[in-house]
Amino acid sequence: MKCNKCTKKATVHLTEIIDGKVMEMHLCEDCARAQSQQMEQQFGLADLLAGLTDFGKHVPDVQQAVSVLKCAACGLTYEDFRKFGRFGCAQCYVAFKAQLKALLKKIHGASVHLGKRPSREISLVAVPQPSLPGDVAPPPQEDTVESLRAKLQAAIVHEDFEQAASLRDKIYGMEGRS
Amino acid sequence: MELNDLIHHTGEWLKGTGPFGHIVLSSRIRLARNLTLAPFTNKAGKKDMEAVLKAVETAIGSIDQFKGSVFFRLNELDNVGRQFLVERHLMSHDHAASPQGKAVIVSPEEALSVMVNEEDHLRIQVMQSGFNLDGTWEIMNAVDNALSEQLPYAFSPEWGFLTACPTNTGTAMRGSVMMHLPALVMTRQINKVLAAIAKLSFASRGFYGEGTQAIGNFYQISNQVSLGHSETDIIQNINGLIRQIIEQEEQARQALLVQNRSALEDKIWRAWGVLKSARIISSQETIELLSIVRLGVDVGIITALATTTLNELFIMIQPAHLQKIDGKKLGAAERDIRRAQLIREKFQAA
Repeated sequence: MKCNKCTKKATVHLTEIIDGKVMEMHLCEDCARAQSQQMEQQFGLADLLAGLTDFGKHVPDVQQAVSVLKCAACGLTYEDFRKFGRFGCAQCYVAFKAQLKALLKKIHGASVHLGKRPSREISLVAVPQPSLPGDVAPPPQEDTVESLRAKLQAAIVHEDFEQAASLRDKIYGMEGRS
Repeated sequence: MELNDLIHHTGEWLKGTGPFGHIVLSSRIRLARNLTLAPFTNKAGKKDMEAVLKAVETAIGSIDQFKGSVFFRLNELDNVGRQFLVERHLMSHDHAASPQGKAVIVSPEEALSVMVNEEDHLRIQVMQSGFNLDGTWEIMNAVDNALSEQLPYAFSPEWGFLTACPTNTGTAMRGSVMMHLPALVMTRQINKVLAAIAKLSFASRGFYGEGTQAIGNFYQISNQVSLGHSETDIIQNINGLIRQIIEQEEQARQALLVQNRSALEDKIWRAWGVLKSARIISSQETIELLSIVRLGVDVGIITALATTTLNELFIMIQPAHLQKIDGKKLGAAERDIRRAQLIREKFQAA
């Protein structure tokens, strides 16, 4: 069988289902590679995830707050997770907790586990924060920029943009921005 | 047991003995599990990967289901050896592609295998012949329970088993059934079936793994959603879908036998003739013809050949298997000759 795009022998066979119609494509290795890069660009899982996580796009400051999120255990940023579509460790689930609920719901149509539990459960507690300046855990009794940011993320996930905007203003106030 | 010992026997899932074996080749369940002792594989360093390998190797030593299993470190196998395990459906192409720090565990009957340090620390697989996801789950559940007694699984009560990719989070389970659907293809109904499968959020893939076209009329059908349903609910959903597809394939086979018997017989015996006589044959042509012959056996037109022999051939005619059988490297042209010879031997013995 010849490649649909050139005259070389087709060694890669693609089946696409669009609106219930099955399309077949037969390609040589070179054309398939070009095609797959094109498809990856259009439909890659990472892009799909990035698309799914694009909530709050119309609130630019809020978007920025989410993208600086980082897992303290493995160093993966939320931005990288959106780019590559893979978590770096179990603690990422804790670090990105506020964002994940909505994402998992979009992927699976549900966000609560109903399956089995392991015989031995290890609780996932937040790992000790690294001693980087600005990364120090805030005192819990009053609102800090950090705690407000966490509330802000929760508000975004719940699409409560009014609350998000008010929290953002509060953060700006505390940071001395106007 | 060594790698070469595998050549001379057939995996449990190829025996063709399970329920609805004339349409369903095998049932497979895969669980993804990660350990809290290291970052996920994509962020794991050499030491992390080694720690996971060691922890898993130690754990399986005291678990009954792994008795007699072999722990293959992939960097200790050559390319052909790794490809051989991929061809036997014991590990993925991705796993074979970058062997450093990775392993695969294979049970003597090949019903149970575990990829270590694939995308997740553990990718546990149980395969059984025929349509038997319930039985497959029973085995898997026991294996998983035993492993979780020994290994610290990354788990959240809210989100279930934590996996590198969020599409697997939750049960982290993929149940799949390998179906042979030649009559639905011949009667041009397969596209309707595939469209329905996609609409119901199930995935269909080819016989030779992810991203492959369904050659030989084989379709591997599996669930996509892994969170928000229990394992047994997911399995029941797959079962319901598979039962309907089996029924449709049965009807299509009957229709072919009643309305077009001569044409069907002609197609089947021609396929038989080519396989029995060819001196040079590609794997693609072999798989297509074996599929037709298998249909002939399933509907009782061919009686001289056992389903097991055919199932075995689908695996044996692949490049790494041919090279393992001969114990030497064979180029593509040499393989086509060797393949034809192997098929003739099997058919003559029938």
